[in-house]
Order: sequence, then structure tokens, then C-alpha cells
Amino acid sequence: MSETILDVQHLTHQFRLTKHTTIRAVDDVSFQLQRGEIFGLVGESGSGKSTVARCIMNLYRPAGGRIFYRGVNVCDPKQYRMHKNMLQTTRQMIFQDSTSSLNQRMTVADIIMEPMAINHIAPPGGSLRAEAERQLHDVGMDASYLNKYPPELSGGMRQRVAIARALSMEPDFIVADEPIASLDVSIQAQIINLFKHLQAEHGFTFLFIAHDLAVVKYLCDRVGVMCHGKLVEIAPAAELFAHPAHPYTKLLLSAVPIPDPRLERARVLQTFDPSDLQDTGEMREICRDHFARMPVEGVPH
Amino acid sequence: MAELLEVKNLSVSFETAQGEIQAVRDVSFSLKSGEVLAIIGESGCGKSVLCKSIMKLLCNKARIKSGSITVDGVDITRYRERDMQKLRGRLFSMVFQDPMTALNPTMTVGSQIAEAVRVHHPGMSRDAVYQRVIALMELVGIERPDERYGLYPYHFSGGMRQRSVMAIALASAPKILFADEPTTSLDVTIQAQILDLLRDIQRKLGTATILVSHDLGVVARIADRIAVMYAGKIVEIGTAEEIYYDPRHPYTWGLMMALPAYAKAGEPLYTIPGMPPNLLDPPKGDAFACRNAYALAIDYEEMPPMFKVSDTHYAATWLLDERAPKVTPPLRGGRNV
Repeated sequence: MSETILDVQHLTHQFRLTKHTTIRAVDDVSFQLQRGEIFGLVGESGSGKSTVARCIMNLYRPAGGRIFYRGVNVCDPKQYRMHKNMLQTTRQMIFQDSTSSLNQRMTVADIIMEPMAINHIAPPGGSLRAEAERQLHDVGMDASYLNKYPPELSGGMRQRVAIARALSMEPDFIVADEPIASLDVSIQAQIINLFKHLQAEHGFTFLFIAHDLAVVKYLCDRVGVMCHGKLVEIAPAAELFAHPAHPYTKLLLSAVPIPDPRLERARVLQTFDPSDLQDTGEMREICRDHFARMPVEGVPH
Repeated sequence: MAELLEVKNLSVSFETAQGEIQAVRDVSFSLKSGEVLAIIGESGCGKSVLCKSIMKLLCNKARIKSGSITVDGVDITRYRERDMQKLRGRLFSMVFQDPMTALNPTMTVGSQIAEAVRVHHPGMSRDAVYQRVIALMELVGIERPDERYGLYPYHFSGGMRQRSVMAIALASAPKILFADEPTTSLDVTIQAQILDLLRDIQRKLGTATILVSHDLGVVARIADRIAVMYAGKIVEIGTAEEIYYDPRHPYTWGLMMALPAYAKAGEPLYTIPGMPPNLLDPPKGDAFACRNAYALAIDYEEMPPMFKVSDTHYAATWLLDERAPKVTPPLRGGRNV
């Protein structure tokens, strides 16, 4: 068995809406990531998948539960301070909207060089600029882009710059929060290929958050399905798509559009009532590595 | 059936400091009433500009260079804003991509729909307007409309907001509904619901729909006909079956193969090499030639005309010329998964 790089245990997070109402965005979520795997987290908007990512990256302080990254409990302020340097350099995040995640007033070169400069990393390519050029080349862009500003680039190019910035730290672990949702289909394919290629080359662990199941099926090794803040199913990608166990997973799979008019018109949407999701449930192993949320007794709900 | 909308050789350009951007180049198509036409293309291919130029919603930097737009037998190409105001609503309505920016956050959903109803039926009594709003909300599948009349857009989920926007668009009972990427910002589960709703409405009211999208996977559900646009031109047009099962243009092949559904396990996804051309100075010949693995010498010299494949299926590629070498398309009929 390979090494567990990330261990999320009973993660819970809630947002306060008003004085009296809080909303439980993440409710008792546990999963582990092995080193070098691509893990997909899927669910509708509002299912809490981005909140999980943000808790893992210390952007939110979770209300409950623990997150171990390489054995360090990142939620514990004392341990976080002790390992701050390691945590900040080996974990990187790529956001959905590249217009807001890249500073419009910095050139592409400055954007890619910034994390290295902040963390005082001696660039393997000699100068920071040479290293930025190498990173840019790795994501399929040439040196002529170094002096451009983000608004001059197309959406796909901006997302490549964001990936180059994350990779400039040679991270062990990357979280990508819907990195291709705002891109055209043909550009999506380019970015997915790029992820696959870079992951094979660098061997980083990859948490990929998406709502497009066709992409997840193609890219990910294992997939977790979230619904209303709860993790309802977790399985290897091929197994999940072949034998979905939870009704919500079935609904999500039935919603994937098929590029074929006859099949697509015959496709029937499955239904799932989220109120069926009871608070008391536990993850049970259906077959090897395939877990689904079941009530304490009986069938999946 | 008579043609409801006929666009002939339409060219639209924007005047900018750098020069003239040819956003729509020589586009012709027609739309019958009660038909769903999907316009597919990458961002920047001119699909939104085409819709907006038909509705005359373009900014004053844009100019219709040539061509004609005929609606219901009336040529509206030279219509001014005052004439268009009478037509919009009665003839066209539009649903935009992002329902949050299309709705006014400070007005209740019901009053926003009521506003649209009053604009198009000025003499209507208050009670009749209310009844019409409730009927519209029911039509677009908003359950318990009386309770939700007084709610604000932020109370609604993305799918419910898009339904409200559609109710506003349908308030005037338009003959043509433009939907510009209506499902792009929505979840997959909601996406299918909204597409089904568009089809239901089109069946119930007989509204013709022009659906703009960048994803060939999405439109298979409801499109009767599909037009593929590239660099301001329609490169292939045909019925949904013809486009999905017998595509002829290399760009259509590329768009389809880029879908993960077509990917073979373990192989990288197909991508179309290169970038779309700059429309400030479109290349001579076929704009797609430099990205096309099947390009012929003539593609770099001369623009291909629309070759006829069948009565409904046309494609602009020299591969269909009788002198061209025979090429086997990389995909044949349906998915290969």
C-alpha cells in the first residue's frame, strides 16, 4: 500500500448566515489520499466540495474534525506554525476563475516568480526569470508571453499561467477547484491533457474538484461524490461509473449529456430526494475500495 | 412551412482603433417556426454577435456591412432603434448566460416578470397582470408561484433564477427565443431540466429557439438543426442526426473528438491544434486551414463554398469537392465508447 499523504477525518464546517441560522456546508467528511493519485471530488454547487478544498488548504478553519497532511494536523495552529514553510511550499491551489485569481497588474513572469521569491527558493533554472520561462514552457507557452498581462490572454492561456504558478513550487500536492469549468470544450481538452501529462511527469497528488463527470471519469483514479455536505460514495473511477451504488450518484451519472441525439433524447433523469439523506449513516464497503453511505441498517440512502 | 427568420449573407464588423474586426462573415441560414437551431462554436467565433445583430442589440461601434435579415417576410436590416423596439418582445426575446446579472437583485422575481408583462400589454389590469405572471411562472416550472411571487433573486437557486429569466423572456409570447449559453453556469442535473423546459415550451407555444452553446454534448437533447460556426462563418449546418452521425467538416470532427465521451481510455484527449485566427485580419482562404490536418493546398488560397451534402446538410470544406482526395473521417456515427 502506498503512503497516505492526506488524511481527512470527520471534517465539519458551518457558515453562519444570520444570528440564528447556520448552514452546515461540510458534515462529517472523511477520506484519504494516497501519494501520486488523482482524486476527483464531484457534486452539485452547494454540496460543500469547495469548502472541503478550502479547509484542506487552510483557507477556512474547520469547525470540527482533523486534517493530516504528511502526518501534520493542519488545523492545529501550533503544528501549523511549526511546519508552516513545508505546508505552504508543498501544497498549491488552482482556482476556477483565472480572471480573479491572477493579479491583472502583474506580468506573467512576475506572477510565476512571486511564490519562489516569497519562499526564497533558489531556482533550479538559474535566475527566477529563467525558471519562470521553463515553467511556462512546461505548460505549453513560449517566452513571448512572459511580459504580457493576464487581460491580454485568453481564458485557456490564463489557466495555464495559474498552473505554471502552482507548479513553480514543485509541489507534492495540488488542489484544483473547478479549473476547467469556465473554458471552451476544445480548451478543456487541452488543459485536461496538460494535467494528465504534468501529473505523470511530476508525480504530484492531485485533488480535482469538478461537476463535469465525463471529465472526472477520464482524468481521475478515484472519485468521491458529495451531496449536501456529506460524502455519499467513494470508489475507484471505473468502478463508480460501472456500478454506482448510491441513488445520488445514479442521479449525477444520469445527468451527464451524451453527444448522440438518439441516445440523449431517450435519456431519463433519475430522481433523488435530498431529504432522504439522513443524518445517521455510515460509509460501508460494498466491494473492495468501494464505499457508499448507508443507513445504520438497510439499503443506501 | 414558411421561413420565420431568414438571414442572407450577413456580415458584421466592429470598428476599433486597430482596424476593422470582422466578427460575422457572410452568414446565411433560415429558421422555421417551432424549430430549435443550435449554434455551436468556440468563444470568439461570433455566435453571440450573430444573435445580437439579428436582435439589433449591438453597440454603435458595430456595423452590418452587407446582407439582409428577414423576419416573417419583412426585411428588418435597415430598421432603426425606434422600429426595433416595436418588434423586440413581440418577435424576439433573449435568455442570457448568467441569470444573476440578468435579474435585478433589488426587485422581487414576481414584479420583474410583471414588469415585462406590463411593457408588452400596456392596458392590462393589475389583476390580469398578476394572473399572467402566475401562469408564466407555472409554465417555466416554478412550483407554488403565489408564495414565490414576492421572493428576491437571491432566495432562488441558479436553476430557479434561470427559470425566472425564461418567464420574463416569454412574457411577450415571442416568436423566436434566443438562448445564449443558458445552461453554462448551471450544474449538470439542472442543465438537463432547463433543456427539457426549453423543449417543452417550444412544443407548447411553438416558439422557435436559437440555442447558442460551445458544447456539442449539451445540445444533442433538444436541437433539431445545428450550425457550427468558426471564425465568423458557418462552416457546417444540418439536422442534428446529420451533424452527429455524419459530420463532414474537419472542425466539427475536432469539436466532437475533444469531448471526453469520445476519448479512449489511456489515450490523451484530442485537441484542435493552434488558435482561432485573428478576425482583424482573417487569413486568405479557409480560416481553419492552418489548424486542419486534412487541409489541401487550395484551402490556403480560396475560401471553400458551401457544398451540398443533402437538402438540409451543407458544409464549407474543399474535402467535399469532387476533385478532392477521399478522406475517412476519424469518427463514424455516434460515440465510440
